[in-house]
Amino acid sequence: MKLARWTLGIVGDLLVTAGLVLLLFVGWQLWFTDVTANRTQDATVSRLTRDFAAPPATPGTETPKAVPFGSAFAIVRIPRFGADYARPVLEGTSRDILQDGIGHYDGTVLPGAVGNFAVAGHRTTYGRPFHDIDTLRAGDLIVVETKTAYSVYAVKRHEIVAPTDVQVVAPVPDKPGAKPTERWMTMTACHPKYSAAKRYVVFAQLVKTYKHADGLPAGTLTVPKKA
Amino acid sequence: MIYAAIWRALPGPLVVRLLLALVLVLAVVAVLFVWVFPRIAPLMPFNDNTVDQGAAAVAHVREVS
Repeated sequence: MKLARWTLGIVGDLLVTAGLVLLLFVGWQLWFTDVTANRTQDATVSRLTRDFAAPPATPGTETPKAVPFGSAFAIVRIPRFGADYARPVLEGTSRDILQDGIGHYDGTVLPGAVGNFAVAGHRTTYGRPFHDIDTLRAGDLIVVETKTAYSVYAVKRHEIVAPTDVQVVAPVPDKPGAKPTERWMTMTACHPKYSAAKRYVVFAQLVKTYKHADGLPAGTLTVPKKA
Repeated sequence: MIYAAIWRALPGPLVVRLLLALVLVLAVVAVLFVWVFPRIAPLMPFNDNTVDQGAAAVAHVREVS
């Protein structure tokens, strides 16, 4: 009798502990990953901003070269997501990389080029760079800053697709195999929020490229009115 | 029972015991946040955000952050 009581007590304690740990995990996933990821991503944006402002080592070395996997090479600004919104873009879309910013699909073109500049980002947790992706409306601007240029894209349309629908990141979005002549950008995030059942995909097309030295025209980063 | 035993094992007056208990709780939370949860998170079936030809097949191995 005593043994049975003792065993029950221990089991009860373990169950209570398991419940508390699960609650803690939810808190960690929904809150703490944002705290740490935002800190990392803000630091990366600051570092990139300094890098971009520094003059190139020697003139003529600005020819594009392959970006090493996992390293940051661009800053994305989306006025619709707020005047202060700035997130780093890293090469690759593996899990580790997406915790440190927006990921650039390996094998898709670089910002401003003919083809499809395709990126992925978290909709929830880990700094959630694409949390508000469903608020983007046709015509909203997306500014991609690299060391050499500002590429300004305008949102065209969105799609909700299955996670296996890789044609959205094809050089001509949704037309795999077609020869690209236009300059597209594709953003993917999970959908619905807090699920990974589908992908929310936004397509944008290049409006104009400005040399980095010339800067952006005034008003480009003005937050659009509520649509 | 476990918790009662730990409480009894803590030395000193009430204030010291309370502080020790608090330190223990914080230590456990820190270990979970820094080491345990980041290892478990990839096994969770949400927050995937890329399109991937093999997503369905390998969903439990990778890309499930």
